Amino acid sequence: MNIIVCIKQVPDSEAQVKIASDGKALDLDQVKFVLNPYDEFAVEEAIRIKEKKGDGTVTVVSLGPPRVKDALRSALAMGADQAVLLWDPAFEGLDSHGTAVLLSRYLAGQTYDLILLGKQAIDDDMSYIGPALADLLKLPLVSVVTKLEFSPDYKTAFAQREGERGVEKIEVSLPAVLTAQKGLNEPRYASLMGIMKAKKKEIQEVNAAALGMEGSGTSDLVKSRVTKLDYPPKRPPGKIVPGDAATAAKELVRLLREEAKII
Amino acid sequence: MKLELTADQQAFQEEVRKFAQKELAPKAAYHDKTQEFPVESLKKMAEMGLLGMSVPAEYDGAGVDSVTYAVVILEISKADASCGVIVAVQNSLVALPLYKWGTEEQKQKFLKPLAAGLRIGAYCLTEPNVGSDPGDMETTAVMEGDHYILNGTKTFITSAQKAETFVVFAATDRKAGNKGISCFVVDRETPGLSVGPKEDMLGVRASGTAAVTFENCKIPVGNRLGQEGGGFRIAMEALDCGRIGIAAQAIGIAEAAFEASLQYSRERKQFGQPIGDFQMIQAMLVKMATEIEASRLLLYLAAYKKDKGERYSKESSMAKLFASKMAVENTINAVQIFGGYGYTKDYPVERHMRDSKVTEIYEGTSQIQNLVIAKAIAK
Ligand SMILES: Cc1cc2nc3c(=O)[nH]c(=O)nc-3n(C[C@H](O)[C@H](O)[C@H](O)COP(=O)(O)OP(=O)(O)OC[C@H]3O[C@@H](n4cnc5c(N)ncnc54)[C@H](O)[C@@H]3O)c2cc1C
Repeated sequence: MNIIVCIKQVPDSEAQVKIASDGKALDLDQVKFVLNPYDEFAVEEAIRIKEKKGDGTVTVVSLGPPRVKDALRSALAMGADQAVLLWDPAFEGLDSHGTAVLLSRYLAGQTYDLILLGKQAIDDDMSYIGPALADLLKLPLVSVVTKLEFSPDYKTAFAQREGERGVEKIEVSLPAVLTAQKGLNEPRYASLMGIMKAKKKEIQEVNAAALGMEGSGTSDLVKSRVTKLDYPPKRPPGKIVPGDAATAAKELVRLLREEAKII
Repeated sequence: MKLELTADQQAFQEEVRKFAQKELAPKAAYHDKTQEFPVESLKKMAEMGLLGMSVPAEYDGAGVDSVTYAVVILEISKADASCGVIVAVQNSLVALPLYKWGTEEQKQKFLKPLAAGLRIGAYCLTEPNVGSDPGDMETTAVMEGDHYILNGTKTFITSAQKAETFVVFAATDRKAGNKGISCFVVDRETPGLSVGPKEDMLGVRASGTAAVTFENCKIPVGNRLGQEGGGFRIAMEALDCGRIGIAAQAIGIAEAAFEASLQYSRERKQFGQPIGDFQMIQAMLVKMATEIEASRLLLYLAAYKKDKGERYSKESSMAKLFASKMAVENTINAVQIFGGYGYTKDYPVERHMRDSKVTEIYEGTSQIQNLVIAKAIAK
């Protein structure tokens, strides 16, 4: 069983991000990066599938600048077997669509039984790559998966997803693209041995030429661009309702009904 | 000269910090209150390779260097000081002597399961009547054919409650003083071995500390570690390394108290301003920050010398002496910064204050560190 997990490196959720001076990008200079938490579920699931089946390889793939190697190493330290970085200075400024196209070009040349991703990246929350990859590779997609099992021959996956309509159980033939939701598993911490092993592994690098992009640049891949970034509006300050409990409760109910209009 | 962790050491530090803050820290107050031995947390630490981190990979350990060991114990202790001492004892006082002095057979049998974290180990030196002067110990081991008969009681034994492998020091020749002490590896299942109730202690309350009694325990000669009469040296060498762990533990506790204090000093307002704007509060925070860094440098110096294969006994004593005092003083100040709230169990600093005190006592009191350092500098 060959499993490919596409991962993204994102700013740590606790990082204070600032908008860059051009107003269109984030200033990522002092920011700490981590492996996207939803991708962690995907990596963990891939390793568990391999461990349970007793054979196969888990390959993590990412498109991004050299710093992304740290995220790939995190996945290797957890137990992924190999890592691939797609990067070329020509990739600078790719949008989600362009990223998906290049990932699909790379994946088209690989053999795999399953492609796993996080359901979204916590930085741009686009939820684009998984569905786009399925489309580009002409594979079935099951998104936002919270439970995953397989037929004895590993040709069919049984995925579970939780939605507004309740729990949905889906049978899908492999290869397929699956995206991981929180709850799928509890990602492991890397062991000291895992970290050491990961440091020694080589990360395969794939450049623009290898993806058939020589000379053409990214212009025909990029379909969207960010025109402006704004900070979310500041939360208005909280309100304290004074008085003893009985009168305060009354006043609170009145405010909720008449001012906030939520009850 | 280069004063920074290597890329590997940083990677270990980051992962253990993430683990300790997410998994250990939220349970520390519970463990402190209930005195429950942190079995689940230890299982997770075993999976990460922390229980045998200093043991080479050929014996199922992670084989990291001493600087990493120090950094890891610091991060664990910062989250939960009880876990810190359990892991420190497991590595420095139990696994290390087995690795250094054990025969191949002993390593296969005893060291491997300890290094893999399948078993918890304990180190039995202190006795009811013998603490700072272990050469005078009363526990005896008398050879009878192919085994020894072990009799005596050991007190304040970290992890005793759950430990399965005990490294035990006993007098094989009571007249010979330090030279009459031998070291044995004893299985918990050994008939005659019993573990007393856990001590109700001021701090490190979840460390499973209890007395262990040996009553006519039959110990095969093959369980003796090193030569007969060679036990004292084993005990002391283990403590040299152990003190690196305790210094790291002290710094971890102080760091936790410092970070909590810094945050509180920004949030708490009196006289219309954050208390952190008062210079007297700032002075306490400055003392903490500065002395934590000074302690860390001493800690790294000791660990670095050990990694280089140099003598490091003096440096590890200095690191422990300085860091333990630093931790006690600064955690008391942390409670001061929190005022009345700091005196309650609603905030963690009173626990840090209680946990810190033992670092001045175990693995040689501060007075004993003075003796060790005095001897070393007189040379
Ligand atoms: C929580 C905890 C865990 C422990 N874990 C372990 C363990 O796992 N294994 C183990 O073997 N032991 C363990 N100990 C025991 C610990 O190492 C001893 O308590 C310590 O060595 C001191 O011995 P003592 O308590 O007998 O004090 P004593 O030796 O009786 O000392 C009493 C006082 O006299 C001072 N003193 C003694 N001799 C001198 C001197 N020559 N000059 C000046 N002052 C002196 C001491 O510094 C101290 O202040 C633990 C203790 C505690 C509290």
